[in-house]
Amino acid sequence: MKTFQYVVKDEVGLHARPAGLLVKFVNSLNSDVKIEFNSKSVSAKKLFAVMSLGVKHNDKMTFVLDGANEEDDCAKLKEFCEKNV
Amino acid sequence: MEKINGVAASKGIAIGKLKLCLNIEDQIVKRQIDDVSAELSRLDKAKDEAVYELNKVYLNALKRVGEAKSMIFQIHIMMLQDDDYFSTIQHIIKEQKVNAEYAVWQTGKQFSNMFANMDDEYMQGRASDVLDISKRLIHRLDSSLANGLDSIDTPSIIGVTDLMPSETVQMDKEMALAFVTKEGSKSSHSAILARTMDIPAVVGLSDKFSKLTNNANIIVDGTLGEIIIEPDEKILAEYQQKKKDYEKYQAELRLLKGTEAITKNGVKLEINANIGNPEDVEMVLENDADGIGLFRSEFLYMNGNSLPSEEEQFVAYKSVLEKMGSKRVIIRTLDLGADKQVPYLNLPHEENPALGYRAIRICLDRKELFVTQLRALYRASTFGKLAIMFPMIISVDEVKQIKSIIEQVKSDLSKEGIAFSSDVEIGIMIETPASVMMSAELAKEVDFFSVGTNDLTQYTLAVDRMNHSISNMFDSRNPAVLRMLEIAAKNAKNAGIWIGICGESAADTSLTDFYVKIGVSELSVTPASVLELKKAVQQVDIK
Repeated sequence: MKTFQYVVKDEVGLHARPAGLLVKFVNSLNSDVKIEFNSKSVSAKKLFAVMSLGVKHNDKMTFVLDGANEEDDCAKLKEFCEKNV
Repeated sequence: MEKINGVAASKGIAIGKLKLCLNIEDQIVKRQIDDVSAELSRLDKAKDEAVYELNKVYLNALKRVGEAKSMIFQIHIMMLQDDDYFSTIQHIIKEQKVNAEYAVWQTGKQFSNMFANMDDEYMQGRASDVLDISKRLIHRLDSSLANGLDSIDTPSIIGVTDLMPSETVQMDKEMALAFVTKEGSKSSHSAILARTMDIPAVVGLSDKFSKLTNNANIIVDGTLGEIIIEPDEKILAEYQQKKKDYEKYQAELRLLKGTEAITKNGVKLEINANIGNPEDVEMVLENDADGIGLFRSEFLYMNGNSLPSEEEQFVAYKSVLEKMGSKRVIIRTLDLGADKQVPYLNLPHEENPALGYRAIRICLDRKELFVTQLRALYRASTFGKLAIMFPMIISVDEVKQIKSIIEQVKSDLSKEGIAFSSDVEIGIMIETPASVMMSAELAKEVDFFSVGTNDLTQYTLAVDRMNHSISNMFDSRNPAVLRMLEIAAKNAKNAGIWIGICGESAADTSLTDFYVKIGVSELSVTPASVLELKKAVQQVDIK
């Protein structure tokens, strides 16, 4: 299992567009990916679940990756977040 | 052939085919099913089709509006394919043994409520996206269901339960020959919208609405409030003539263009137009109005899924001011609440919305929203002759609060080096009995009064303008209402400010000489009534 924390940079938070991009990207990974935020944990592969977290600008969320490729996937996901979220 | 009567809400005659546009919600029936797996495969097929369709929409939009603005359709696709959403639908079908349409709508409502209840305005706006995809899915399940207003693609007479302002502003005006509605009254917003767009309308048909069937040939007489279903040739010929006569009368009125609204005894009135959308400016210029007496800013808040940004508002105000040139444009600040709701503002349901959280009350409570609008207004003020007015005022204190917010906005703009005009007139709507009672004091605070006769009538007479059973009591000519007007006009005159009327009864030509007598100097009506009113003013002669 790999985890990392990420602070949302997008001004309006994890709204539809970045959430959509994120979910789309995570679905291309083999690992199981969860987001933990505000004592909730949801699958990062599900759009409604991700959006329902209501993550805002400057909020810190935690990604939890699980799977055979978790090392690689974790690096990819970090890079993706830096660019898009 | 059959004739039915409703409320004459907007003048003119239309002859054409009726298209019924009903809310999905009103059409979905809950049905028990036996074959669960057949229902589930219907659902799967509908989803695949909806996704395919959305992909086409997406690719199309990508070419036309670019990646960022097309992303919403990608999101819609992902929403449709979302496991939680889809398994909820499947679950309802399996557990309750009901039809897929019903299950989709239940699920759509459930997910949309989840967004609507989130503590985030942006997310609240997503509620409508969920309903959107659910509707799309339902149409794939049953294509015989009538569509929404946006689906009309040939000019037709449009039949709806009620015209929602948010839908109406989005629809292509060229497509509506006339409106016929089940609900609504002469002063409901749908009727006002129809008049602004100069589209004949008969509203408030109530039970008789069910006599109307999709694709029927009908005649709509918006002047008399009559609808004739499947007319015979004789009647059809008669109405074709009537339509011609009406158009001829309109042509005669057009000859008044370029003339001034001066009474026989030499009093000049300013005849302005009321608009609800920047596009309506064409109608204003077309009908030769002296200016815009009421520009409702609500369209900005109703078109989208979230609060309009300062920039968005600025662009809209600027475009109207520029087009009107040296003619005055009075913009009314946000007047939502009551019967004009927007989903993303998440205003709670109220027992008595007319007396509730609305208009200036929202603005003074949620100042950030008000400041955004004022900044946009002042930024736009250098592009024409702007005046601003505030709705639902009941006290001097409110006006003082407004003025102090305006000072703050101006001082911020100065600090940021942003230009604004220094002679923007500030006025208030006179639409509550309280504002009339306090009009002597209020007149000292502002540059003008503008009377909203619909609300003033409603509040003075305690007659709900939306309630059919007392609609005969809703009378703007009631002596109590006229006396209210007299008091406000007298106090305006004493303080040396001008008073106008922007409510519906400004167009009531039987009141024109009364208005002149009490000292009203401006009347603002729907663009289509400007010339008729000009004609009436020119006939007034007060000895």
